[in-house]
Amino acid sequence: MSGEKSDFVKFEQVDKSYDGKELVVKGLDLDIAEGEFLTLLGPSGSGKTTTLMMLAGFETPTNGEIYFDGNPINNIPPHKRGIGMVFQNYALFPHLSVFENLAFPLKVRKIDKAEIEERINKTLKMVSLTGFENRMPAQLSGGQQQRVAVARALVFDPKLVLMDEPLGALDKNLRESMQYELKHIHETLGVTVVYVTHDQGEALTMSNRIAVFNDGKVQQLSGPNELYETPVNSFVAGFIGENNTFTGTVKELASGSAKVETSTGEIIIANPIAVSSTGEKSRISLRPERVNINPTEQIENRFEAEIKEIIYHGDHTRVRVNLLGNDDFILKVPNASSNSKLNLGDKLNLGWSSQDCRALDY
Amino acid sequence: MTSEIRTSDGELLSVKLKKVERRRRTTAFLLAAPLLFFIVFAYVIPIFQMLGRSIDNVQMNEFLSNTHDVMQEWDGTEMPGEEITSTFFYELQGLVEEKNHGKIATRLNYEKGGFTSLIKKTARKLNDFDENGNFLDQFIETHKKWGDIEYWLALKRGTDAYHYRKYLTTFDYEEKFDGSIERIPEKKRINVTLWIRTIFVAAGVTFCCFLLAYPISHLLSVLPTRYSNLLMICVLLPFWTSLLVRTSSWMVLLQKQGVLNDIFVSLGIVADEGRLELMYNMTGTFIAMTQILLPFMVLPLYSVMKTIPPSLMRAATSMGATPFLAFRKIYFPLTYAGISAGSILVFVLSIGYYITPALVGGAKGTLISNRIAYHMQQSLDWSLATAMAAVLLVAVLIVYWLYNKIVGIDNMRLG
Repeated sequence: MSGEKSDFVKFEQVDKSYDGKELVVKGLDLDIAEGEFLTLLGPSGSGKTTTLMMLAGFETPTNGEIYFDGNPINNIPPHKRGIGMVFQNYALFPHLSVFENLAFPLKVRKIDKAEIEERINKTLKMVSLTGFENRMPAQLSGGQQQRVAVARALVFDPKLVLMDEPLGALDKNLRESMQYELKHIHETLGVTVVYVTHDQGEALTMSNRIAVFNDGKVQQLSGPNELYETPVNSFVAGFIGENNTFTGTVKELASGSAKVETSTGEIIIANPIAVSSTGEKSRISLRPERVNINPTEQIENRFEAEIKEIIYHGDHTRVRVNLLGNDDFILKVPNASSNSKLNLGDKLNLGWSSQDCRALDY
Repeated sequence: MTSEIRTSDGELLSVKLKKVERRRRTTAFLLAAPLLFFIVFAYVIPIFQMLGRSIDNVQMNEFLSNTHDVMQEWDGTEMPGEEITSTFFYELQGLVEEKNHGKIATRLNYEKGGFTSLIKKTARKLNDFDENGNFLDQFIETHKKWGDIEYWLALKRGTDAYHYRKYLTTFDYEEKFDGSIERIPEKKRINVTLWIRTIFVAAGVTFCCFLLAYPISHLLSVLPTRYSNLLMICVLLPFWTSLLVRTSSWMVLLQKQGVLNDIFVSLGIVADEGRLELMYNMTGTFIAMTQILLPFMVLPLYSVMKTIPPSLMRAATSMGATPFLAFRKIYFPLTYAGISAGSILVFVLSIGYYITPALVGGAKGTLISNRIAYHMQQSLDWSLATAMAAVLLVAVLIVYWLYNKIVGIDNMRLG
């Protein structure tokens, strides 16, 4: 993070309700550092888009205050905030050419003609669209429209750019290449970006930090690896990446280790993250790639499983096994030649370390 | 090599393609055929037949064909010679026997006033004529108007098979007997005033409809479906009510002792003696027509506005444009297609509007269509009526052509 201010944008106890009955955003506290690429990630209806719209000024917080660069902005209309925004369906002006679309924010600012041209050329070069100045938006492909939308949000040098699921309408390959492109643009310009998506892959690829939203609240705010490796609760563990779970009751609790009894009566030794007392119910989370098949070394958890289904995935094979009463336990087996002898109904020895298996809230 | 390509069953591709396409085209044509026939027989042919009447004078030409022929040589500087007068005498005699002289009297009266009585009186006295005497003198003896050369000139002109003089009348001009074209006396001028008033009312009504419809359409396009449907019904309600009923209800509202005036008086806005003249003038025509034609503006506007994503305005404001600037630069230009479609629709409809101005317009609020109806039903000068209708049709076509030039007909959206 290149930012100087750690609270460049600050949400302070922000609530938002549309109908007076339900809170869409509940007591949101969020600091966004200058120069950061922060992603608001969550399922639909989790409040992430509402949060973004409040920052842009299209929605007013029901309670609390939002600060931008140190100043409260609740009462500042969107056009005076100077925040760039990329919309879900690009929102390019269909009756204006690419050049005129990009010139719009500059003309509004009464910048003189020569500079407008210079800035537009520079920005179009950045999104590799030089030569497309006179095209109309309808004459561009989805990816090109997307680039114009990004260019338009950046051309007036805003300090903060908001992106509302900007890649949602693109096909998979294009989406991936645009992810890298956006990441590079962010790195080059050092502009602060707040990005909304429901696609975890997108979030993990691009972000400095990710705020996982659910039920109007930030569940976890951390960097991509921590989010994946050390989810703090069951929702985050389940939402980010693939996840195997067991439910059970905490029998013994020590620092750094907990014994959890599953419904089938076995004891799993787990890393206590969100459990605080014995007798508590807990959901244990374990990433598929952290499970060793037929482990040779000493390992804390070791159980036998039966293969139920084998699904070929190209670079790896997914094996669904029955383990400790869980019929949906997934293993990811790399397609090396040594693993080709898996058969339906085979018994496997599975083992994993207690550090990789996290005892979370139920 | 393309001509050599054959389908799997050995037929030439181009032939086969045509065959398949022909079947499809025939089906399409058959589906459209009933409407096509209906339009041709019930619309296109009658219209052209009616329009033909504006220049048609063939019947007169047949009744007095010999007179017409001999008059071609006559230059009209002196009184007509015996050849003309005798030919006219014998043909008139024939017409009187067949009791057709009334028709030519009416027709000739359009050319010159006083011809009706002239022909009738002459017809009664035809038997007194001495076939060996001077016909012109005897004509003058029967009625002194025959001594006026203009009646003979009118006779010559009135027996031409085709003429364009009704079009001059449409614009308050007349062709003098010496061939010069002049405006008719000021007191008689009415058509130009009506044309101007018609255009003015049509443009005004279009503008008022635009002013009223724009915000309503916008509201319709942004409201949640639940409310917008209700509002839509309110807008469309006029469509489902008889035009006559709506116009009559405006009469109830607008008359001097009507609802609106009562309200104004009870609120003290106007004094009881000073009740407003809201009807039988232009105000009435304006108000009623605007209300009646409003849906034709709302629907195209609404259909265009519905397709404008709200994110465009948000995008514009996020880039620093004030809401007004965003509206002017982004939203408004995107609604041009709807504005123009609605405007042309309302303008074309109001330029030929009849019932409403006839009922609430009074003398000061009548339009050209009322004049056409007058000539169709009362003066029975169908030639003039159809000439006016033809001018109206051309005016509409010009508007349409201009629209196509400026906006492009492909951009028209009618809802």
